[in-house]
Amino acid sequence: MADFNFELVSPERLLLSEKVTEVVIPATEGEMTVMANHAPTMTTIKPGVVSVKTADGKTERFVVFGGFADILPTGCTLLAESAVHVDELDRTVLENRIDAVRAELEGAGDEKKTRLEQFVAELTKLGEIVIPA
Amino acid sequence: MPSLKDLKNRIASVKATQKITKAMKMVAAAKLRRAQEAAEAARPYSQRMAAVLANIAQAVGADDSAPALMTGTGKDDTHLLVVCTAERGLCGGFNSQIARHARDHVRKLLAAGKTVKIICVGKKGFDILRREYASLIIDRVDLREVKKIGFENADQIGHKVIALFEKGEFDVCTLFYSEFKSVIAQIPTAQQLIPASAGPVAAEASDASAVYEYEPDAGAILTDLIPRNISVQIFRALLENVAGEMGAKMSAMDNATRNAGDMINKLTLNYNRQRQAQITKELIEIISGAEAL
Repeated sequence: MADFNFELVSPERLLLSEKVTEVVIPATEGEMTVMANHAPTMTTIKPGVVSVKTADGKTERFVVFGGFADILPTGCTLLAESAVHVDELDRTVLENRIDAVRAELEGAGDEKKTRLEQFVAELTKLGEIVIPA
Repeated sequence: MPSLKDLKNRIASVKATQKITKAMKMVAAAKLRRAQEAAEAARPYSQRMAAVLANIAQAVGADDSAPALMTGTGKDDTHLLVVCTAERGLCGGFNSQIARHARDHVRKLLAAGKTVKIICVGKKGFDILRREYASLIIDRVDLREVKKIGFENADQIGHKVIALFEKGEFDVCTLFYSEFKSVIAQIPTAQQLIPASAGPVAAEASDASAVYEYEPDAGAILTDLIPRNISVQIFRALLENVAGEMGAKMSAMDNATRNAGDMINKLTLNYNRQRQAQITKELIEIISGAEAL
């Protein structure tokens, strides 16, 4: 199968830069699977799991908290606000994050409020998927 | 003329100082390496961010949908300066250089009749700017407790700036920090954050831009992207600052160690001379005593 370059970057470091065959990205308007020769697309990302199938057949999963993806026929770059490998994710980290957003909710305006509420819902769902209670 | 004992004490104390400065230099060298690695690790993100931003900015173009953070308010009456300095001293002219650069800027703006507001990041810059412009400082961010600067720290500052902008507290925002060129050269730099200037990257990326599909639409992505870009710029500035601070500290401490070495040499010479003089004096006393018998 054709492969392409995939890069997962967080502000602090480059998490992954590899040849992959397919990547599942939690885009804002629904999950999408990116394969080689995808049409050039730019999309924002909601909190969720990025699942990467590398060229040598391994599957790796990362949890991202928002960001955006830049997709070209020859490669895909995912700029995540913050990203961790699924194995390294800690329930407390997630909870702290949810609390932080809740705190922000208090003083937020209407439009921002809906956005933040959505964010909290997404994070909570994410927690349920990744870490069984 | 200090006595032999005084000299001995002074040599001991200078030696102790030299040991401390030497240790500080080595600590700074180790930290510098780590800071450089952090700055390097953060580079891919900010580079891609700039490229993507330039791409979208071009797609949105002069459209009215471009967010205010990009186009600005159309005025430039009130300026916000974000001055990033180190938390600690003992690093040569590092902090005062940044502060001086900011001060010159403030003076120019005040002379032009603009209103100036200052946010200080880091204790040292606050200490310096407080002397002259205490009334202009509206906020300060303390990073003393932070061991390793993470993106969250920068993000907090970014959110503060954006919140102020949305309240209409300022029109133009400029970031002051020190660009890390090398261990001996740090250049105080001013960078405009709001309205965002795409800069030279835009021209470079423009010919490579393909026809993109946007999800949701370009305007929405841009609205999401620009606040993030501000945080990224601040993050980069903070990382450059840490690297610069450590570089400056290293060379300052290197100088201090060398000065202490020179001083020890001088003092030891002096000490030996006096010791010899004393021995000679004692000998003369013994001989003349024996002759008198």
